Amino acid sequence: MSARPHTTGYRGDRLWLAAMVHRVSGVLLAAFLPLHFLVLGLAIRGEAELDGFLQWTKSPLVKFAEIGLVLLLAIHLLGGIRVLVIENMPWRDGQKRMATLAAVAAVGIAGVFLVALL
Amino acid sequence: MSAVRLYTWQRLTAVLMVPLIAVHLIVIIYATNRGLSAAEILGRTRGSIAWGLYYSLFVVAASIHGAIGVRGVAREWLGWRETALDRLMWIFGVVLLVLGLRAVIAVVAL
Amino acid sequence: MSSAAETMIDVRVWRGGEEGEYQSFSVPRRDSQTVLDVVTWIQRNADPTLAYRFACRVGVCGSCAMTVNGRPRWTCRTHVSKVVEDGRLEIGPLANLPVIRDLAADMSPFFDKWQKAEGTFVPSRTRHEPLETISPESAERQAADAAIECINCGVCYAACDTVRWSPEYFGPAALNRSWSLVNDVRDAGNLKRLAAAASNGGCHNCHSHQSCEQLCPKGLNPTASIAGLKRRTMQAYIRGEIS
Ligand code: SF4
Ligand code: SF4
Ligand code: FES
Repeated sequence: MSARPHTTGYRGDRLWLAAMVHRVSGVLLAAFLPLHFLVLGLAIRGEAELDGFLQWTKSPLVKFAEIGLVLLLAIHLLGGIRVLVIENMPWRDGQKRMATLAAVAAVGIAGVFLVALL
Repeated sequence: MSAVRLYTWQRLTAVLMVPLIAVHLIVIIYATNRGLSAAEILGRTRGSIAWGLYYSLFVVAASIHGAIGVRGVAREWLGWRETALDRLMWIFGVVLLVLGLRAVIAVVAL
Repeated sequence: MSSAAETMIDVRVWRGGEEGEYQSFSVPRRDSQTVLDVVTWIQRNADPTLAYRFACRVGVCGSCAMTVNGRPRWTCRTHVSKVVEDGRLEIGPLANLPVIRDLAADMSPFFDKWQKAEGTFVPSRTRHEPLETISPESAERQAADAAIECINCGVCYAACDTVRWSPEYFGPAALNRSWSLVNDVRDAGNLKRLAAAASNGGCHNCHSHQSCEQLCPKGLNPTASIAGLKRRTMQAYIRGEIS
């Protein structure tokens, strides 16, 4: 005897994933935002402080994290547009295609950023 | 706070931020392309009323949007009660707002 | 099937209540066999104590929904061929609801929430007044009709993660019903209904995953109905009709 297992076969579905990615990217952005503001706030103590930090951001690891952040922002933006369209526009089919397109576009933006970085 | 009120603010700030984020992304890509430096960033922003307004608006919208979002996640995934959720939302929102406006002043004020 | 060596399906069926276990049965495969046929075969031929629920067997009553290989389905209209995986079926009670026994879930929370969502018609005329003539072609009627074919099967409710995560959430079916009535010009209960839709258990919980829409056997779209409620409640809020 054991507790009834959770039956969640619908969870891998593309639109479910789109909602989940939207949430997780939102939480990560919320966690990052205070740090982002703190870093920019360094400029209050002068250009040198901020530059010192930006110098540090040249290291590969930080660069990698930055690409991640831009990707997160792009993902959350596009996922958010998807939600706004679903909620406010006349209903349309082909939502799955839209979710996929949003993902592709987000990766595209991150790709452009990557090229810009290197 | 009532669900419809939270929802309305969440969505209004979302719509507002769509163009703001688009601009932000373009600026990020443009700025990193030219090599990220404090002089570069501050040269653009210092003394600029337009950028000051842009970033202030962005900070206000993001603080509201983020605070409501975090509240919603805590409600569903942590199962917090309404009073605790409201407290979380206000604290997180005010912290974001204060840090964010401080950052705006830092990069815009001469 | 007439071949001598019968093909068998390996069926695992939930036995017990919240606590219990899956029990294995070997059930002969038939042409055009539904999942409900499989369950009925087990009850008639293997274990008469198996508890499950059905009535019409033709997709009308909405009483036969169960979890089949991880997804909620109306079992009387779900062909085995559509859901079987490697000759295996795993059948359990609907998720997000208490279990009475075996495959029978307790639907009371589901129907209680229809009431909480004000999912009942509130007449605007008495029986002494003449009947209102409604054109089936009118935009309002079509909006009301779009959501009306619900058979209360609970499939969408069992497929909604938001129901799982926020126990007070009314869920897709109740709100789909609410939207249908919001669009019904004969109904006089909208203010209360919109207030319910805007309450903590209401439409703003929905994250538009559309699991409900993907799995609704009647092809309804609760996500779209809920989106409609979100718009209407926001309008009512901005106008100060609800808070
Ligand atoms: S779209 Fe809304 S109602 Fe449907 S499964 Fe998702 S949260 Fe539930
Ligand atoms: S909306 Fe569809 S899935 Fe949900 S109860 Fe009605 S018929 Fe069943
Ligand atoms: S038994 Fe009536 S809908 Fe399946």
